[in-house]
Amino acid sequence: MGILSQTIVPADAWAGFKGDKWRDAVDVRDFIQNNYKPYEADGAFLAGPTPRTLKVWETLGVLLAEERKKGVLDVSADRASTITAHDAGYIDKDIELIVGLQTDAPLKRAIMPNGGLRMVENGLEAFGFTLDPSVHEVWTKYRKSHNQGIFDVYSPEILAARKSGVITGLPDAYGRGRIIGDYRRVALYGTDALRAFRLKDFRAIENEVFNDDVMRLREEMSEQYRALDELKEMAAKYGYDISKPATNAREAVQWTYFAYLAAVKEQNGAAMSLGRVSTFLDIYIQRDIDAGILTEEQAQELIDDMIIKLRIVRFLRTPEYDQLFSGDPTWVTESIGGVGEDGRPLVTKSSFRFLHTLYNLGPAPEPNLTVLWSTKLPEGFKNFCAKVSADTSAIQYENDDLMRPKWGDDYGIACCVSAMRIGKQMQFFGARSNLAKALLYAINGGVDEKSGAVVAKGFEPIKGDVLDYDEVMAKFDKMMDWLAQTYVKALNTVHYMHDKYAYERIEMALHDRDILRTMACGIAGLSVAADSLSAIKHAKVKVIRNEAGLAVDYKIEGTYPAYGNNDDSVDSIAVWLTETFMKKVAAQPYFYRNSMPTQSVLTITSNVVYGKKTGNTPDGRRAGEPFAPGANPMNGRDTKGFVAAGASVAKIPYDAALDGISWTASATPDSLGRTSEERAKNLANCLDAYTAAGGFHVNVNVFNRDTLVHAMDHPELYPQLTVRVSGYAVNFVKLTREQQLDVISRTFHSKM
Amino acid sequence: MDVHRAITRPPKAHAPAGTHSSTDFGYLHSVESGAAVDGPGMRFVFFMAGCLFRCVYCHNPDTWKLHNGRKITVEDALAEVKPYAGFLRMAGGVTISGGEPLMQAPFVGEMFKRFKTELGLHTALDTQGYLHASVDDAWFDNVDVVLLDIKHSDPEVYQRLTAQPLQPTLDFAHRLQRLQKKIWLRYVLVPGWTDGHDDIARLADFVADLGSIVERVEVLPFHQMGTQKWAQLGMDYPLAGAPTPTPESTAEARSIFAERGLTVF
Repeated sequence: MGILSQTIVPADAWAGFKGDKWRDAVDVRDFIQNNYKPYEADGAFLAGPTPRTLKVWETLGVLLAEERKKGVLDVSADRASTITAHDAGYIDKDIELIVGLQTDAPLKRAIMPNGGLRMVENGLEAFGFTLDPSVHEVWTKYRKSHNQGIFDVYSPEILAARKSGVITGLPDAYGRGRIIGDYRRVALYGTDALRAFRLKDFRAIENEVFNDDVMRLREEMSEQYRALDELKEMAAKYGYDISKPATNAREAVQWTYFAYLAAVKEQNGAAMSLGRVSTFLDIYIQRDIDAGILTEEQAQELIDDMIIKLRIVRFLRTPEYDQLFSGDPTWVTESIGGVGEDGRPLVTKSSFRFLHTLYNLGPAPEPNLTVLWSTKLPEGFKNFCAKVSADTSAIQYENDDLMRPKWGDDYGIACCVSAMRIGKQMQFFGARSNLAKALLYAINGGVDEKSGAVVAKGFEPIKGDVLDYDEVMAKFDKMMDWLAQTYVKALNTVHYMHDKYAYERIEMALHDRDILRTMACGIAGLSVAADSLSAIKHAKVKVIRNEAGLAVDYKIEGTYPAYGNNDDSVDSIAVWLTETFMKKVAAQPYFYRNSMPTQSVLTITSNVVYGKKTGNTPDGRRAGEPFAPGANPMNGRDTKGFVAAGASVAKIPYDAALDGISWTASATPDSLGRTSEERAKNLANCLDAYTAAGGFHVNVNVFNRDTLVHAMDHPELYPQLTVRVSGYAVNFVKLTREQQLDVISRTFHSKM
Repeated sequence: MDVHRAITRPPKAHAPAGTHSSTDFGYLHSVESGAAVDGPGMRFVFFMAGCLFRCVYCHNPDTWKLHNGRKITVEDALAEVKPYAGFLRMAGGVTISGGEPLMQAPFVGEMFKRFKTELGLHTALDTQGYLHASVDDAWFDNVDVVLLDIKHSDPEVYQRLTAQPLQPTLDFAHRLQRLQKKIWLRYVLVPGWTDGHDDIARLADFVADLGSIVERVEVLPFHQMGTQKWAQLGMDYPLAGAPTPTPESTAEARSIFAERGLTVF
């Protein structure tokens, strides 16, 4: 017997659980595999919200409305946040089942200056708050931030690339996020056992040579078990002793949530994802239901209450940050479903319960509910997911059949598309480099098309009046070398400093000691770059230069095939771009902490900002016009409908983009079928077919009435919204107002 | 006001003699992937060019003229679908619509044959049936379901509405009954034209008599989204500004079919 089961864990916490391996070492996957009960039927068993749940949600609703008006409801600007910095806080203390807030009041944001004091001060100022002078003094006089460390190291070229936007969104002024602690461990083992286990790890290397790596690791481990103690102290403020394992379903949910809460008290990460907790929690819920001490209604209440908490995770950020990411996102991603390595679906009743919160509490963007889709999922679950999608547009899907062979069956998604084995892997988030702008640099010899400044030094511009494909490709190839080099240097700096000054103590305490780290690079502007190269290759592109001789515009004669129409003559260019840039990244001489280079084709919502920073492009896109998001085809150019667009996106090879490939698809309810059941079935079949074709990810938008009404007043946000009206398709935003109203009434009365 | 007479009739169509009889090539208006309203599941839809009807409410008048279409071979058509075959086998199938596909029956028959035998796809024909007599029974072997559009049940109004007689379409329905071919019946509801209770009841009786081959009836509320297309073609739209059906009148029309035991959407 190992130290865990031997000395610390009371027998009754684990009563009825099967399996041995997980008792002797931290191994949540083994626990799940030995104890979960796959559920293959439909959602008929689900319970609606209780009056208690609705009361909590309504109390919060008042505050949420106020927050929407003010932008930020309140800030605890008096102290830097830590796991234990604040007293207990409640929404409605007497009736909450799952407790814990980031500060001492709901929606009151904490400040976390370890990421960068300037970000904190700008954020406070923008929303009318002032920082306590002592905090300012500490982080200017005595304590250095992550942000300062990085700017001590950056080269002039990195600064220029960052300023021009050829590299954008680097986590150098904010927390990198995208690390998922295995929060389940706290429920299964309790903090004392985890601390003991970490101490054993710590002692195991005391006789090694104390080089940089070993010393850093030992210091980090010391921080980790200190953080576990703080987590225990934090829970004690709410009246819970989490030093021991959870003994029932409510405690399991509470312990897991406390662990996550500690992470969001300590870190303001770009994405603070939850992991894959639903099937784990289901084991506890099922045990209590079997024992007759929990009803379905009570089980749903626990999940509803936890989801309420996850919906109000907040960080103080600047308006510029919110502009980059379009709003106030936290990416509390929870990965649901998938299939095990033994072929059993990892779907349980709690997979349904998590999704059911979108009905019980209404749709919401957070937590970011992500279904790990496999063609082998049970039909009942497939149809349920599709129905929730069609009703709420709030689910994203990722291809479990692609990821399972790479990452096993206990991985979770961080942020949007980044898969990582829970507790065994983390990533160094790298934002992205702008391939469309890099192409312009190839044409202009490294001179920025907007500012006229030299960003990449030592390059010759193209001098001809008509762009020659081979010449452009040769120059672009070299420019991508420069970009990859500059980019990876920046990322090494960022993550060296983040570990040094803003280390994720509690999140890393909930990882194994030895983990895989990936250097998660990314590309933006894939479709713009692919279409530009297609135009240069298949049509005639003339260069228009300004007085200074800088290429600032392009005139296309003839037509060219555009990415997104399932046409290999251009889709192959997009594939080539993805593979080539990945190779150039991987060829760099050094990756901080032996990290494994990967990349994503993902812009989140910053495609708008990337577009703003990029001049006219040879595909005909105008300066400032947004890029398509992620791996999407450029807006309006995918003329063959979303199946063709999906087929193009599915060609981007996952092996060249192991950090994920994002596609956003929209459909109207009508286009998916005539009844709710038919829509669900058709959508589920589409997801099967897209998955079977190797598509990695899809955001499914099935627009509801409110969205269409919104689109009438903000057509710029919905350039692709297509309306099917039995037999033909029209572009919604090009219709007259009367016609739009007609579509709206047509689309929605048929739903009854 | 008698709307039936107040309109200016669009230019008269060519006689059926103007159909296209080659199997080597056909005329395609456009293709569309990714919607589930033209047959079961998600469909890849071929909109063939050419139609000899001149329906006053047509929302695709740009498909009327055969030679406005792109000239394609069956190989071309196959190449269009092939990249989606895997998808379509799981999620739906292929629908040939128009225009009126039977304007190019030999070519379209060849398309169905190849889609069925080479790609193993579910197939649907979207037609008003007027030209069915030009093809033999075997032509339908490779068609899994017919989306049959009957525009009116009164022969006289039918003629005014479409510029063609009704009887061939009714004969076609009986022929499909004899062939035991599945039908999805489609009826466009146009206020003042096709929303008369007795007219719908007459049609519903006829459809109900066809028996179990009718899997569903789709009542499609008329919409104004074809307006731009008429304008682009420089033609006066007879139904410009015409009202669209109210939810109540649509529900009413559906109930007339449903009362006869038909499955209605």
